[in-house]
Amino acid sequence: MSDKYLNLVNSPIGAKVAATIGLPRPVVLRRFTAGQPIVPGPVLLGSTSGEVPTALTKIVNGAGAEAVTEPQEGARWGALILDARSVAAPADLATLRAFLTPRLRSLAPSGRVIVLARAANGADVTVDATRQALDGIVRSLAKELQRGATANLLWVEDEASLESAIRFFLSGRSAYVDGQPVLLGPGTAPAPEDWEQPLAGKTALVTGAARGIGAAIAGVLARDGAHVIAADLPAAGEILAKVANKINGTTLHLDVASPEAPAKLLAHLAEHTGGLDILIHNAGITRDKLLANMKPEQWDSVLAVNLESQLRINAALLDSDQLRDQARVVSLSSTTGFAGNRGQTNYGATKAGVIGLVRSSAAAFTRHGDSTINAIAPGFIDTEMTSKMPLATREVARRMSSLQQAGLPIDVAEVVSWLASPGAGGINGQVLRVCGQNLVGA
Amino acid sequence: MSTSRRAAIVGGNRIPFARSNGRYAHASNQDMLTAAIDGLVARFGLQDERLGEVSAGAVLKHSRDFNLTRESVLGSRLAPTTPAYDVQQACGTGLETAILVANKIALGQIESGVAGGVDTTSDAPIAVNEDLREVLLDLNRAKTLSGRLKALGGLRPGQLVPSIPQNSEPRTGLSMGEHQAVTTREWGITREAQDELAAASHRNLAAAYDRGFFDDLLTPFLGLTRDQNLRPDSTAEKLAKLSPVFGTREDGATMTAGNSTPLTDGASTVLLASDEWAAQRNLPVLAHLVDAETGAVDYVHGDRRTDGLLMAPIYALPRLLARNKLRLQDFDFYEIHEAFASTVLTTLAAWEDDAFCTQYLGLDGALGSIDRSKLNVNGSSLAAGHPFAATGGRIVGTLAKLLHENGGGRGLISICAAGGQGVVAILEK
Repeated sequence: MSDKYLNLVNSPIGAKVAATIGLPRPVVLRRFTAGQPIVPGPVLLGSTSGEVPTALTKIVNGAGAEAVTEPQEGARWGALILDARSVAAPADLATLRAFLTPRLRSLAPSGRVIVLARAANGADVTVDATRQALDGIVRSLAKELQRGATANLLWVEDEASLESAIRFFLSGRSAYVDGQPVLLGPGTAPAPEDWEQPLAGKTALVTGAARGIGAAIAGVLARDGAHVIAADLPAAGEILAKVANKINGTTLHLDVASPEAPAKLLAHLAEHTGGLDILIHNAGITRDKLLANMKPEQWDSVLAVNLESQLRINAALLDSDQLRDQARVVSLSSTTGFAGNRGQTNYGATKAGVIGLVRSSAAAFTRHGDSTINAIAPGFIDTEMTSKMPLATREVARRMSSLQQAGLPIDVAEVVSWLASPGAGGINGQVLRVCGQNLVGA
Repeated sequence: MSTSRRAAIVGGNRIPFARSNGRYAHASNQDMLTAAIDGLVARFGLQDERLGEVSAGAVLKHSRDFNLTRESVLGSRLAPTTPAYDVQQACGTGLETAILVANKIALGQIESGVAGGVDTTSDAPIAVNEDLREVLLDLNRAKTLSGRLKALGGLRPGQLVPSIPQNSEPRTGLSMGEHQAVTTREWGITREAQDELAAASHRNLAAAYDRGFFDDLLTPFLGLTRDQNLRPDSTAEKLAKLSPVFGTREDGATMTAGNSTPLTDGASTVLLASDEWAAQRNLPVLAHLVDAETGAVDYVHGDRRTDGLLMAPIYALPRLLARNKLRLQDFDFYEIHEAFASTVLTTLAAWEDDAFCTQYLGLDGALGSIDRSKLNVNGSSLAAGHPFAATGGRIVGTLAKLLHENGGGRGLISICAAGGQGVVAILEK
């Protein structure tokens, strides 16, 4: 459903009124459009060591953006990228301030701030404290940035996925990811032949694909080149067929919570594909009740669909010859998995459980031909489900993020597609929030 | 080019069947057939694909739907360059289209095709009264004012009653049920046996749904996710309470609404192809269509006992078996269309009858009995319903998947049709 408030404050009169009386002024976010420049202006590169790595310049230029190392007067920056991997003492952080402070006001709408850092490793307390301080800077800065601009932090343990991550965070694909850290580790992360079709030749399966976020994920995976198997309950088959036919995909009628689901899935893959490259665990249900009133079937069904199905299907796939090397699994968690939510002990259990699942199975997926498994935790996303919320609750929830608006299903789908891409092979066992830096569970 | 190969059945898709004036009351034949085709396209990724042909048809068809199948293809996600044509062989339509497409594949004329059928008894065509039609045509032909007035003078109030299509034979005026009632009585088919068969149909279909058998054979339509006629709790005892509706002019009538198929709306499709075409697309081969035979009886002038309207498959089968050097018992599954429970029972009784088989089928003796546990194991038309032209596609898809699940085997299909016709076919895995 459309965000009427967002539309209003982006109209000439509405903007004036909102500015005068100090109302929140969300902007229409820059989202990915094929053929558009990756970032709306030159990219200024800086380094706390004083020297910008040439690899970084190459990555930015390779993405079709203009990398600049000498700040120019009057420039309107599409993005500011600071390599802060050298910081070792609190005093070093001043270089970060010196780089960012004069340029924040000339950041373009929906511009980007990306900070590269090393993660604390327990070797030296001063170094660790300084490195961790970067997290606080980026999270705070993300709350200060306006007009759809975002700030995110890359913990660079290995550069395998650095190019893929820089491209993702510069582009409109990361529109609703704000104030988040991502750990880039080692892994097999080949650059795709065509960055516009990073999933070309891949076979992907999306559960819960008939509606909302699942349908959006299926659409983005297909747009990025994958053959998509859209899976959902048999009863959702009519709308599922429409989803599949729109994206030249195929349908699979599957109740992921049924005992036969893993076997049925494997049989389908064996008969219809040359193996699976990408699996998106998106199917999920809610049966909200206060724990004091929770019925066994409300508890059990949510656990079965949202968590147990993923455990069983992953185990079956890893045990089969149907999951290809360098496979990508992405599970849908939720900010509820971090923060909890009243009336959602069952749902919260599964969404936190999924976080445990991906962290715990990362090593097993690495052993499976350098595959990865990650989770994403959407915040408040406008869907059929949220359109049924009371107006006031919905309006408040929408403005509770740094971007002052709800995300769209496509915003979640873009992040899923990035984590599913070959270049994201260095990201494993991570949980990435897609919440516009929502206050909930921050 | 001259080759001969067996056509593969890749899979099927149908919409759940709805009771007449039920969930699909406002859906046209074209709506339903298009939905069934689009579900098949989605299941097998056939978007923008140019297939060899689509062959389908409807029994109750409005004249505006003269190109029903082609129009449905144009409205579907198949490539608009896929040719299509309509077939009409009453209840044999769906199976006949599968045979036609399979034959072209076998001959190497095409590599792939869709066979199907659709029928609505809710959105049925209504024609003007025959007398009124003649008056209107005279009016149209008249060239002068006086000629037109004269033509209009032929109008009578009674002509306003529309002509509604009827489920009756033009040459006898009897409905199909009344015809079958004669056959049922002649062959002494009991009420108990009919109700038992009907209950088994419901029980088997419900069990098949429960175990997910139809998950990849069916796509819901207009909110309907299962066949509307299915009554999982149906039993022979409950069915025994219904009053007879056919053959009631004589005592001892046995055919009720429960052991006869209801009027139904629905559509079905089957994807057929050469093995190579399927392999190139990573698609499975569920079974092959081996051979088929069509027969007909002279139900107009023939004998009450041996030439019943729905007895043609009885005559067609021996020819098919002989050609393929098979016995009636050489099958793992039997799909005998349940137009009426007594049709199935008459068919089996005739094949078991020594004298009949010798005298009328030209055999040395009876074809014999079949293992009844192999008959309509996932239910048939009594439970699913019977949208005339859509039944063949339902059965071909169901049997092909049964053989595939079984890991091999041979299945027999037998479908009776109006006009005293019948179609039988063999599938093999």
